[in-house]
Amino acid sequence: MGAKTIITRRLAERPDDSWTLDAALATGAYEALKRALKMPPDDIRAEVEASGLRGRGGAGFGTATKWGFLPEGVFPRYLVVNADEGEPSTFKDRMLLERDPHQLIEGIAIASYAVGCTQAFVYVRGEFALGYDRLTHALEEARRRGFVGPNILGSGFDLDVVVHRGAGAYICGEETALLESLEGRQGMPRIRPPFPAIEGLYAKPTVVNNVETISTLPAILTMGGAKYGKLGVNKSTGTRIFSLSGHVKRPGNYEVELGTTFRELMYQRNLGGGIRDDRPVKFFIPGGASSQWLTGADEHLDAPLDMDFVQQTFGVMLGSGAVMVFDDTACAVRVAWRLAKFFAHESCGKCTPCREGTGWITKVLHRIELGDGRKEDLDLLLDVGDNISPGLVAPFSQTTICPLGPSAVSPLVSLHKFFRDEVDEHVREGRCPFT
Amino acid sequence: MSFFTEENRQKAGSIVERYPVRRSAVMPLLHLAQDQEGWVSGEAMREIADLVGIEPAQVLGTCAFYTMYKREPVGALVVSVCTNVSCLVTGGPEIHQALREQYADDPEVYVEEVECLAACGGAPAIQVNYEFHEHLTPESAVEVVEAYKRGDRKARTLSGTPVAIVPTKAGA
Repeated sequence: MGAKTIITRRLAERPDDSWTLDAALATGAYEALKRALKMPPDDIRAEVEASGLRGRGGAGFGTATKWGFLPEGVFPRYLVVNADEGEPSTFKDRMLLERDPHQLIEGIAIASYAVGCTQAFVYVRGEFALGYDRLTHALEEARRRGFVGPNILGSGFDLDVVVHRGAGAYICGEETALLESLEGRQGMPRIRPPFPAIEGLYAKPTVVNNVETISTLPAILTMGGAKYGKLGVNKSTGTRIFSLSGHVKRPGNYEVELGTTFRELMYQRNLGGGIRDDRPVKFFIPGGASSQWLTGADEHLDAPLDMDFVQQTFGVMLGSGAVMVFDDTACAVRVAWRLAKFFAHESCGKCTPCREGTGWITKVLHRIELGDGRKEDLDLLLDVGDNISPGLVAPFSQTTICPLGPSAVSPLVSLHKFFRDEVDEHVREGRCPFT
Repeated sequence: MSFFTEENRQKAGSIVERYPVRRSAVMPLLHLAQDQEGWVSGEAMREIADLVGIEPAQVLGTCAFYTMYKREPVGALVVSVCTNVSCLVTGGPEIHQALREQYADDPEVYVEEVECLAACGGAPAIQVNYEFHEHLTPESAVEVVEAYKRGDRKARTLSGTPVAIVPTKAGA
């Protein structure tokens, strides 16, 4: 286990120009597409199924299964690539857009051919100026070479790819909000069912896949699905890029085989390299801001990067693959408050429990951090949280349309589980003990 | 009178054609308008409404939902400072405060606090007109903005068009 270079291979081999067409072609780009176009589309889906590939955006749903939900014989249908990466501390899709757009385009062509769509959209986060430029430029090159456009490589398969730019709204990373946004509206989530596979973009069958998921497809076809599926652990197959940040010596994106442990990710010399000033890990957020936290306890640090294991054992998720590490100088209340502020800011306002609840959670956490907290505040917070996510246990229930509301509850439950004493200390002392 | 320049009107036409349903062009057209003027005016929204065949109020509804669209003039440099958790614990709030103080009276520099910019590997990070700058301190962040003001770094719009910076009289 540990580092393994599959979808970051081009970045490793051509660090100075991996995004250019020359570098891409010299390292085997579009060879998997050529092979794919000679296969029946169902065989591609079978390869993806054999690979065990699960969505890399957060929910971890089986990619081939998702494709399989498309109703037969209903056209047009669309592929939408979710490049609206906004989950705090996740920065892997931005890297893939900026550093290997041709791998993404190849993946889009393969997926489109497999599901039978002739128009695909890439929804790129608005702030990703360089990623947008590199992707649109790469797409022009791909069109000129006949990898995208009418009659791709003489196969008779046509594909138009539209790059669409967001404008600053985290909620658009949620797939139905993304579709609303792509239709020119406010990015507010839709009630499901109907699911996007049945009625998605323009009420047509639609597959929404994450950038990393799509970027993995060329490698799966090159290696063969079964061989890819042998990597990893249990039902978490293959590799994933983990965005490691916070108090580690070497923050950054690291592609590792699933099943590697959190400790290896944080401490191995070619990965996180250990904690800043060799301090202890106080706590870490294992899967983006929406996930509940884990601590520096051995059983947490030695847990494998296995989506189901961490869910079943600790009630946390690997989510978007963002691991945020905090040493013993970090104030858990301050971190929880800042995350709450994020969710309050990004709540779209459609559902009352989230719109109102995230605001109140932020205010109460802020007063605790400022030293004005009351003894009953943590229970008050949990009560507000319970209105958004009744029961407060993972997997989270919700009184809201989308999971943003329940995500805002994660920091509260984590404070309650691990840092009740620290909250009490803020209240008792009337100040933050870390400032 | 039309809001869009002749060149941008043609671009607008080709943007609308990209989509199976015209309304999908609203966001790219808002970006185009902001690129042209630095912000999105009522006049721009009315013209976008005409181009896609919806009401101006519907364009406003979309426009107002997204933080990147500015509905008033903001100056040539948009400085976005992340203070979300990875930047929080590495000095983001201190950078935000320093930049706000430094440019409080500078009409050409708009300092905003933003949510995670996906640059946590290089935290603390800012963007200047959506160009990333990482591993900063309060001092080096001010120096980055100064470099744009002097013209040592080229300020651009989101779509890459160069923008001119009007020197401030007070010499800030």
